[in-house]
Amino acid sequence: MRYLPLNDSDRATMLKAVGAATIDDLFEDVPADALNACFDLPNHQGEMEIERALGAMAAKNRAAGDGPFFIGCGAYAHHVPATVDHIIQRSEFLTSYTPYQPEIAQGTLQYLFEFQTQIASLTGMDVANASMYDGSTACAEAALMARRLTKRRKLILSGGLHPHYAAVTRTNMELHDDNVVQAPIDAEGAEDLISMIDDETSCIIVQNPDVFGNLRDLAPIAAAAHEKGALLVAVVTEVVSLGAVKSPGEMGADIVVGEGQSVGNGLIYGGPYVGLFATRQKYIRQMPGRLCGETTDAEGKRGFVLTLSTREQHIRRDKATSNICTNSGLCTLAFTVHMTLLGETGLRRLAMLNHVTACKAADALGDIDGVEIVNKSWFNEFTLRLPKNASAVVDALVDDGVLAGVPGGRLWPDDQLAENLLIVAATERATDEDIKTIALKLREAL
Amino acid sequence: MTMNNQGRPSRADNAALISTPTFTGNKALQIEELLSFEIGSISQTGVDIAASTGNVDRLGGLHRDDDIGLPGLSEPETMRHFVRLSQKNFAIDMGPFPLGSCTMKHNPRLNEKVARLSGFSDLHPLAPQAAVQGALELIDRLAFWLKELTGMPAVAMSPKAGAHGELCGMMAIKSALDARGEGDKRKRVLAPESAHGTNPATAVQCGFKVEAIPADATGRVDLSALKEKLGDDVAGIMVTNPNTCGLFERDIRAIADAVHDAGGYFYCDGANFNAIAGKVRPGDLGIDAMHINLHKTFSTPHGGGGPGSGPTVLSDALAPFAPVPYVVCENGIYGLVETRRAANAETAGVDSMGRMTAFHGQMGMFVRALAYMMSHGVDGVRQAAEDAVLNANYVLARLKSEMTPAFDGYCMHEALFDDRFLEGTGVETIDFAKAMIDEGYHPMTMYFPLVVHGAMLIEPTESESKRELDLFCDALLSLAKRAKAGEVEPFKAAPIYAPRRRLDETAAARKPVLRWRPEGDI
Repeated sequence: MRYLPLNDSDRATMLKAVGAATIDDLFEDVPADALNACFDLPNHQGEMEIERALGAMAAKNRAAGDGPFFIGCGAYAHHVPATVDHIIQRSEFLTSYTPYQPEIAQGTLQYLFEFQTQIASLTGMDVANASMYDGSTACAEAALMARRLTKRRKLILSGGLHPHYAAVTRTNMELHDDNVVQAPIDAEGAEDLISMIDDETSCIIVQNPDVFGNLRDLAPIAAAAHEKGALLVAVVTEVVSLGAVKSPGEMGADIVVGEGQSVGNGLIYGGPYVGLFATRQKYIRQMPGRLCGETTDAEGKRGFVLTLSTREQHIRRDKATSNICTNSGLCTLAFTVHMTLLGETGLRRLAMLNHVTACKAADALGDIDGVEIVNKSWFNEFTLRLPKNASAVVDALVDDGVLAGVPGGRLWPDDQLAENLLIVAATERATDEDIKTIALKLREAL
Repeated sequence: MTMNNQGRPSRADNAALISTPTFTGNKALQIEELLSFEIGSISQTGVDIAASTGNVDRLGGLHRDDDIGLPGLSEPETMRHFVRLSQKNFAIDMGPFPLGSCTMKHNPRLNEKVARLSGFSDLHPLAPQAAVQGALELIDRLAFWLKELTGMPAVAMSPKAGAHGELCGMMAIKSALDARGEGDKRKRVLAPESAHGTNPATAVQCGFKVEAIPADATGRVDLSALKEKLGDDVAGIMVTNPNTCGLFERDIRAIADAVHDAGGYFYCDGANFNAIAGKVRPGDLGIDAMHINLHKTFSTPHGGGGPGSGPTVLSDALAPFAPVPYVVCENGIYGLVETRRAANAETAGVDSMGRMTAFHGQMGMFVRALAYMMSHGVDGVRQAAEDAVLNANYVLARLKSEMTPAFDGYCMHEALFDDRFLEGTGVETIDFAKAMIDEGYHPMTMYFPLVVHGAMLIEPTESESKRELDLFCDALLSLAKRAKAGEVEPFKAAPIYAPRRRLDETAAARKPVLRWRPEGDI
């Protein structure tokens, strides 16, 4: 077996050194009838066989790159530079542990410090942590943090918040019997959130761009929340948008959470992704997750360490701000490398290219008879109202090799108003030819 | 000076043994590297994207016009920046990484290769189900392996890491209690003092209160003390097995029976599953839930702190409460149950706990873990567990002469020492650990579990050869002897040869600097 260095002669020598007659002597504490159970599983195989078996499974899937592709809603198909994948596969990054021994983990710690700085800059906030699992769990953690900060037990979820984010947040808050108020969905993005905020509200969670792609000015919501002593949690599921759209920090958000997958990370059928978490300086001691900070070593040289760990489970146990331990280490590296390559100039260009591409797609699809574009504004994603059930249309287009977007029925199966909605994303990977094809096929399907 | 046949000196026998600081601060292969923010510029970029033309603007007046503050680097500069950083890290691929409780085993590169097949890596989580049949098949296949290896009837695949899996298990317990109408009454969760910090943190995140179960003199759960704490207000227990002292809970079935008799559930922390995978099915021992760290037991890379993946197996009693989404299969066609309502319809009205994450869990880790399991096969998984346990016992036996094992007898996959052997030397556990860095090793887990004074927890895993283990043991024995011989200073100064000397963690916490700012900026 190629992964095991010991051979039978080593094993015999070592057993003797240990003073055991057989290997099972070492398992003496296991109830005898439970030891050496039988399993209905195959024996070992070579590399070639594994590649063949898994290759066959992969071939049954339709990848984003296999044809015209317009799906978004929280995960976006972007081009990742070759450099990124090379760097994250370096042994020293790939096969290292959480940097609890900072003297021999400065590589990891320094990129975490750079990552935190990038996220704080992008979101317009003071500080960011070293990542959460993904955007949705970061969103739930933001709700919990707002609960700790305000000591209030009611929160409001915008109807434009990704319904999966809303569901994850609800799952976590219901554990404490908190009052989770869900605003109804409003594809036009014109919902009145301000009147919902009251003196009991811990936070209001608003996504920008929202799940339908609408852009909104968060400043009035922030002001209204602050007036009632509540916090504004802003959610960004498409982080590339921050290269073109005003940051949530500039619009007054108190906590910004998001999904960082768009930069440096692939679609990977939903994970691993990278949860972003940023806030104001005054709230740092209530933040969840790992934080990397600057310090000096015994010779006075600058170095980095994990810090403020008295917030964390391994030190604080039942008093910790969160139970999170492992986060998205290597995905943050992918993000950091890609963002370093982009820089501000590249990010702004990438963001505008996305916007221009989405505008082209919107123009082409909005021209189709019976199709209405719901949005007044968008970044790289917008919503169509079709004259018929969008799920059936999407399924029909799969047969034409087109992945057209996310039908409303997939995200809100219980809401008839959503049935005819189709949420379409167009990133820099969509070509003019792809846009022509989806327009043609959608016209045929209606 | 001796010369070789090309006239070059082959031995620097006159070289003085001195160490002078270099102009650059570099030490040969160790190159100092500034932050990207200090070397890049706003105008520089390492990607070629043309500026977009035309005045298309449907951003609704929300155009970003502040300076973001993100310098870029060209591609060669980026490459050099991150390669230099990488060289300041220790890694499994460089040498033994015996972190107890963390299972730092070899990460096969075949896993990386198959995870990058575009059918997996470029697949959207909301693609229509007809377009993702292979992905659902893979999840279903991996689920089968996990259920079979644990002897459990169900597995929730979506938890994103170990602690998230714990949350899943404890939420299932809470849901089951609520369904019994006992949710308000049963609020206490019992966990050993030696538990991972995530256990109490998770229980609290579920709204439970945590109480410690004392250990007995052999480092295991004190069964009679546990029984005394049980009652009709107990939701359940959280026990790691093998436990964090590296020992198998030999009373595990009696523990399970006692908890079940008291109306509670048994959550098993599966962090140490590597010791028994392919040998023992936790389902045969009476547990109700257990998370599996794919990044420990099943070789997916730790990646400097993540991503992990924590599928959680559930007993028949807890399975109906599993989170959405999950995979179902009918007539060879795979599908997804994606909403709580759909899940409740499947389980005849039993209320699912809801959704734990936006999508389907850590697919990239699923591919890697399945590649590992299929490569190893059940015969290899069993052999790996045996080798992991043998390696740990070999280390325990070899180090016994100079170091002090915390408990008598064999251990499972990790060997636990306390600091009695350092008593009176002036050297403490942390100094000993830092001295290991200078010898070229990653330190073992130290000061955990909390129940052992100055704990040193060594988990060699099955990935170490006997030759590597012998050298490792020789090095530790030599350190122990040096400490006992009164050589305190080198220990206090260690590490001396690492890219950084000991870092001031107190200062970092007192005045936190969590991001770079340009000079003059507040």
